[in-house]
Amino acid sequence: MNTTTSRSLQTIVLVLIVLGLIGLALGGYLTPLSRIFVNPIIQAQAWITSRYQAVQSILSASEDTQLLRQRNAELEAEVSRLQTQIIELEQQLSETKILSALVDFARANPEYRYQAATVVATDPSPFLQYVIINIGSDDGIRRGMPVVTQQGLVGRISGVTAGAARVQLITDPNSSINVRIEPSGALAMIVGQITGDISLEMIPQEADVNAGDLVLTSGLGGGFPANIIVGQVSGVRKRDLDLFQRASVQPVVDFSKISIVLVITNFKPIDYGPLIPSE
Amino acid sequence: MLATLISIPIFGILIVLQSTLVNHLTLLQGTADIILLTVIAWALHQRVKTAWQWSIIAGLVFTFASALPFGVSLIAYLTITAITRFMRRHTWRIPLLTMLVLAFIGTVVMHGFSLTAIKLSGNPIPVMDAIGLITLPSILLNLIFAIPIFAIFNDLANWLYPEEIEV
Repeated sequence: MNTTTSRSLQTIVLVLIVLGLIGLALGGYLTPLSRIFVNPIIQAQAWITSRYQAVQSILSASEDTQLLRQRNAELEAEVSRLQTQIIELEQQLSETKILSALVDFARANPEYRYQAATVVATDPSPFLQYVIINIGSDDGIRRGMPVVTQQGLVGRISGVTAGAARVQLITDPNSSINVRIEPSGALAMIVGQITGDISLEMIPQEADVNAGDLVLTSGLGGGFPANIIVGQVSGVRKRDLDLFQRASVQPVVDFSKISIVLVITNFKPIDYGPLIPSE
Repeated sequence: MLATLISIPIFGILIVLQSTLVNHLTLLQGTADIILLTVIAWALHQRVKTAWQWSIIAGLVFTFASALPFGVSLIAYLTITAITRFMRRHTWRIPLLTMLVLAFIGTVVMHGFSLTAIKLSGNPIPVMDAIGLITLPSILLNLIFAIPIFAIFNDLANWLYPEEIEV
């Protein structure tokens, strides 16, 4: 009986102690005490975990590095391919813009038939201003045909082979073209210079020519059709003792960047040489 | 025979390079003339026996590509080859210096012939402007290009004409 009573008492005391501890824990009174025990455990866990992860990363590093290198190479190749594509697209865009401008020019001047050509080379002699284009007699190109861009006059065909033609630029020192100056309507002659520029010669003294005036082909002489823009007067030299005025002209075509041109194929230059009386 | 035949593709490539790339490397209005420099570098080599053939082919190729009056470049290159062969006989083992001197003389000769032909064909080209704007800058550019071209064609000549060693 005594034994049974003492065991019961022990059980009751234990239950009370447990309930008391639970009550204290729920009341937050055991937190400082638990910190003392729990914190070292957590720190130990953190230390072991970090060491484990370090060892794991060392073991798996070679495989990751290999994958990263492979991925990096793939991305670099992709970047290179995209850069090439961008350059190609920019070139196509540039060509499309030029061709679009040429089409606009052709629509604005429907009386002529045009053949587009690419400039492939320049004359190897520095004394001459000629370019070679990639169409020739097989494409209907003939000597003397005028060559233009969407901006204005370029020159004329001076030699033809089956697949290529040589164009004498208006800047060639041997080139001379009859022009008309607007708004005065004065007739003059555009002559190429050794510097690659062009100048207006033989302007009548009485003509009222000013900087900014437009220079167009006059059609006289039969070498070029009329009303193709050549350039703009940039300066006039007039001296009372001279027979004619002279002027410098800024060409509308940038000859250093010329890449695509139009050949006017239905214009036949007139050779009036036989009509000039021989002395 | 091989040394002569090989000049055809070489000058074909050179005229393409001249008319597409070298012509855009201008100083004022002057440009280098890599065909002229090749003719000089080839004729300057002691063991080369095809200098005249090379200058004829160079002249014909240039004539084909240029609007200069027919035969001007051919006559100019033959004259330059003659001057080069003369200089080669009278100089002693200083080909690089001779190459530079000949680049200068060759440019003057080539431009002299070109200017004369253009003037004779009725073009009122101002000679002093041409010298100042074209010839003098071209001389400078040719002197710059002379050294690499000499090195390339000296190696080619050594390959085509190996030195004979007496055993």
